[in-house]
Amino acid sequence: MQVHSRKWSPVPPEFDAINRMRITEIVDVHKENRDVKTYSFVDKLCADAEPGQFVMVWIPGVDEIPMSLSGITTEGRTSITVHAVGEASEALHKKAKGDQIGIRGPFGNGFVPAEGNVMAVGGGTGLAPLMPLTEKLVEIADKVIVFSGVNCRGNLLFVDRLAEVLSCVDSETVYTTDDGSYGIECMVTDEVEQKLKKEKFDMIYACGPEQMMYRLFQMTEQHSIPLQASLERIMRCAIGLCGSCQIGKLRVCKDGPVLNSGQLRSVKEEFGKMRLDLTGKRVKLQ
Amino acid sequence: MNDRLVADLAGLKLDNPTMLASGILGYTGLSLKTVIEAGAGAVVTKSMGLEPRMGYLNPTVVQTDCGLLNAMGLPNPGISHFKEEMKQLKNIGVPIVLSVYAYSAQEFVEVAKTGVNMGADAVELNVSCPHIEKAGAEIGCDPTLLTEIVKEVKKAVNVPVIVKLTPNITNIAEIAEVAEKAGADVITAINTVKAMSIEIETGRPLLANKFGGLSGPAIKPIAVRCIYDVYRSVDVPVIGCGGVANWQDAIEFMLAGASAVQIGTAIAFRGPEVFNSVTQGIDAYLKRKGFKNIEEIVGLAHKY
Repeated sequence: MQVHSRKWSPVPPEFDAINRMRITEIVDVHKENRDVKTYSFVDKLCADAEPGQFVMVWIPGVDEIPMSLSGITTEGRTSITVHAVGEASEALHKKAKGDQIGIRGPFGNGFVPAEGNVMAVGGGTGLAPLMPLTEKLVEIADKVIVFSGVNCRGNLLFVDRLAEVLSCVDSETVYTTDDGSYGIECMVTDEVEQKLKKEKFDMIYACGPEQMMYRLFQMTEQHSIPLQASLERIMRCAIGLCGSCQIGKLRVCKDGPVLNSGQLRSVKEEFGKMRLDLTGKRVKLQ
Repeated sequence: MNDRLVADLAGLKLDNPTMLASGILGYTGLSLKTVIEAGAGAVVTKSMGLEPRMGYLNPTVVQTDCGLLNAMGLPNPGISHFKEEMKQLKNIGVPIVLSVYAYSAQEFVEVAKTGVNMGADAVELNVSCPHIEKAGAEIGCDPTLLTEIVKEVKKAVNVPVIVKLTPNITNIAEIAEVAEKAGADVITAINTVKAMSIEIETGRPLLANKFGGLSGPAIKPIAVRCIYDVYRSVDVPVIGCGGVANWQDAIEFMLAGASAVQIGTAIAFRGPEVFNSVTQGIDAYLKRKGFKNIEEIVGLAHKY
């Protein structure tokens, strides 16, 4: 009798493959607006990524940062959309076609596409992961409404791409700017609030500043609409070990980055209020 | 509770012999709580120092063959900021071990004392981090310094003092003896193995810190040898650490001389559920082999 069998490799091969650093060349750089660029690369594992999942992007010699995917194709052509806000993203902005970057992932849980009347709300570059999601939604949902809120006209992004994706289905696109230089002059959440008074929704998706998502969470709770929101935290390992991205009992890299209403409820002491800084100390969200 | 699984580490009682290894999760009370709820018999916090530390830039954790390589650089908020987190763990019923790193005996004492006042049930002295200067393995390789630190911490706190050793030393048994002589109540063997990985397309070291510590299945045989050596040279209990991914690994550690095992890297690919499944596996093994408790198998391989 064989008492127990041992697998030769205790590390599952799929895990090993996804977490390996792969060096890939940037095949295209597209300027979305004055501060935002979209970088395309080819990666086989990302071909199977779900919208909302993220990769760790290594800028050799600089840093490695989490980025959600703004473009996913079955051929593996993948993109990330980068707002130059810090040292790493600025270094990434200096990269050109042919330059090498490292990729690990895709990691975490993405958005779960829903049927019926659905809404996606993007704040700033938070619209990025909602783009591949919208591409999936148009195939299964009855109606898709996309809200895109930015500071000003100069920060608009994905306008043409959105129009194209939504062109063949029942859809609506609402643009808001803080200064009124494009679309409606208001906070994007104000416009969503008006919409919720008029229409019933089966699912709302959100990605953007956490205050925006927290406001949406309050509204969806009030209207009993399920929400899926993509959170951002400091990430290091991206595989649920280091604890840098902890929120409540959840690890954003592993349990998220997309959290549903139930999960958001479980972390509501911290959601929209606190995060861990680089030392692991709890600090107030800006 | 199952008596067969109880582990006794110098008075520190664990319902089961699995522990969360230091450095994994462990910034917040709630994150440690999830590990406890998943079945860990005890948890070890992130290593806390006197001052906050940001750690190194990414990449800090990279995948290698059969293991992970990390150089986090001991990020931590500083012991004073850990009070709120410890509060969340009050009366949790599972020992909380505070991992401490510091640059001098005096600092070790201060951090350990503060942590014990916050409710830590034991302290584990991290004198074995392979990627920090003057606070890690340099201490764990220096008998004089180690003796001073262990003695001073022992004098200052009334909870078990665990010393976590580095494998990056010629003779781990010798340094274990030094720690025991200085008063260590328990020895943890081992911390990560100093290692490096170079990415060949760019020609660059993968870790921002260039070198770091290897963990996971790749280092398990090293850990088994170290546990075996340490067990033979000291009388205090030994906690095994390094590459445990399943119950078979845990049993192997115990046969080598471990009274309990710490688990870290395996959480990445098995989830926190790994604690429960390892515990159940150990229990089934003991039952099948007719052992009354863990103690009966600790160090059993030494009779051959």
